[in-house]
Amino acid sequence: MKRPPRHPPARIESTADLRSFQRMMASVIVRPLTADDGLQPRWVDGRPMDEVASEFVKPNDRLTSFERLELYNRMYWSRLFDAIRDDCPGLLAALGEDAFSRLAREYLARCPSRSFTLRNLCSRLERFILEKPGLTAPRTRLAAEIARFEWAQTVAFDGESRPVVAESYFARTAPSRLRLGLQPYLTLLRLRYPIDTYMIAVKRRDALRSEASNTPGAAAVHRAFRRVGPPRPRRTHVAVHRHNNRLFYKRIDPAAFRILEALRAGSTLSRAIAAAGPGVKPAKVKGWFTSWMALGWFCARGNKRRRGAS
Amino acid sequence: MPANRFNGNTDYGIGIGLRVPHYSHILSKKPVVDWFEIISENFMVDGGRPLELLDRILEQYRVVQHGVSMYFGSADKPDRTHLRKLRALVKRTGTPWLSDHLCWGSVDGTYTHDLLPMPYTFAAARRTAEKIRQIRDFIEVPVCVENVSSYAEFHASEMTEWEFLTEVVELADCGILLDVNNIYVSSKNHGFNPYDYVDNVPHHRVGQMHIAGHTKFEKYILDTHDHPVLDPVWKLYAHATRLCGVTATLLEWDDKIPSFGEVHNEALKANEFIGGARKAAV
Repeated sequence: MKRPPRHPPARIESTADLRSFQRMMASVIVRPLTADDGLQPRWVDGRPMDEVASEFVKPNDRLTSFERLELYNRMYWSRLFDAIRDDCPGLLAALGEDAFSRLAREYLARCPSRSFTLRNLCSRLERFILEKPGLTAPRTRLAAEIARFEWAQTVAFDGESRPVVAESYFARTAPSRLRLGLQPYLTLLRLRYPIDTYMIAVKRRDALRSEASNTPGAAAVHRAFRRVGPPRPRRTHVAVHRHNNRLFYKRIDPAAFRILEALRAGSTLSRAIAAAGPGVKPAKVKGWFTSWMALGWFCARGNKRRRGAS
Repeated sequence: MPANRFNGNTDYGIGIGLRVPHYSHILSKKPVVDWFEIISENFMVDGGRPLELLDRILEQYRVVQHGVSMYFGSADKPDRTHLRKLRALVKRTGTPWLSDHLCWGSVDGTYTHDLLPMPYTFAAARRTAEKIRQIRDFIEVPVCVENVSSYAEFHASEMTEWEFLTEVVELADCGILLDVNNIYVSSKNHGFNPYDYVDNVPHHRVGQMHIAGHTKFEKYILDTHDHPVLDPVWKLYAHATRLCGVTATLLEWDDKIPSFGEVHNEALKANEFIGGARKAAV
């Protein structure tokens, strides 16, 4: 968002005036809250915020101009904070409430939503975590991998699906010329931590909590749950995908993962298979492809956006 | 005016919002419901479960699209990606009309995801109407604009909210989604008579109505959609239907959502309040 005007327009007589007014109000609304969840008492230029608010917002007999703007400021942060919590239960579990809140506040302040849908709110979170390691230290690498994994889940949930290529598609073209696309909803993750099993543990815990919350004495049950501890490092290769519109995580053999990565990068089928390495037997490769075909992972390569393996 | 050109000349009766906690009940029990309103943005995705569920609903029910982020009142141009996805969804659902809010919420491409009140000026009305026309021409279905609940008023305003609404819909030649709960909430927050609002909008343009619950705080009322409709809102609704006719009506219940049956029964209470309008129509 561009810099707000020093003063809101006194009259709105053109689209330019309207834009200037909207920049002013939006700049107030998206400003971080104070420690007491209130509107900051000073504007960006140091003037008292109540003076700035009274320049464009009318007071009424119960609320000052400042208080009326503060309602919108609070609602903005509440709405976006809830959205990021909903999308990132794994990150929340790994970092704990305080560190997660700090991260979310900083992320939303520096990377406000640029999309009409909150679905895309966390699309830049992994990069932000790596750019601001102090917010998640000493678990920055883990936090970044969880953020990547949770974004992959969003993509797998409602990402684009293209027509699956038929087996005859393979027969028509020589492997040295055949290039296959991978479904856009499929994300390949090369991880330092077993985030897949970690996420399953977090979801199981949250499901139990949710169930317990509807029963008498839920608090006692709640206390009995074990905290989901952060995972220990272990090289893991995972595909986050969907099948029959349900979300799945599939562990992938490292050699098989190299094939999929190569295909996604645009290699021909021959080169992709070669990427698996010399020790991989043809029967094994055939088995992998049979499984991937059954899951509907292959589509024709298109010019539309490609998702790189990560 | 149950059917008019702003709601695609339909007569849809009483509907409820399609919400996730009710999916399983709806798909397994197939309850009789006049129609469902969907939040367009929840289904403007490229694939997966949301669209599968929507298609299953569409096989059995009438669906109307309601948007929350087109921001007719934002000075920015409409987002092309948003428009393309919206048009694709309109083709999928066959919605006879489409609604979104008379508000703004984004500037310079940054989104607040809120329904922010407009400054009620003639220039803002012209810009808003221009955008509504552009969007309607692109998506090719009638558009109804919904009055929002608000918590702030501006010095720059040159008219009342209902005058602004009227100015916009006349310039855009579009319909109104009259949210009587929002009128009531704003009337308490800003100290106007809600009946003045309802009396002074162009009734022939009302293509749909919304009813909902709100929450009273010490110094203001919040439009929370988290419990049943309150009596003053039902009375205002009865008054509005006397003026506008029995119009497609939808109950919004978006938080602390109870069972499907409870929500649907609450919506059907609307029948108790539209008797006057029915008699007038006979």
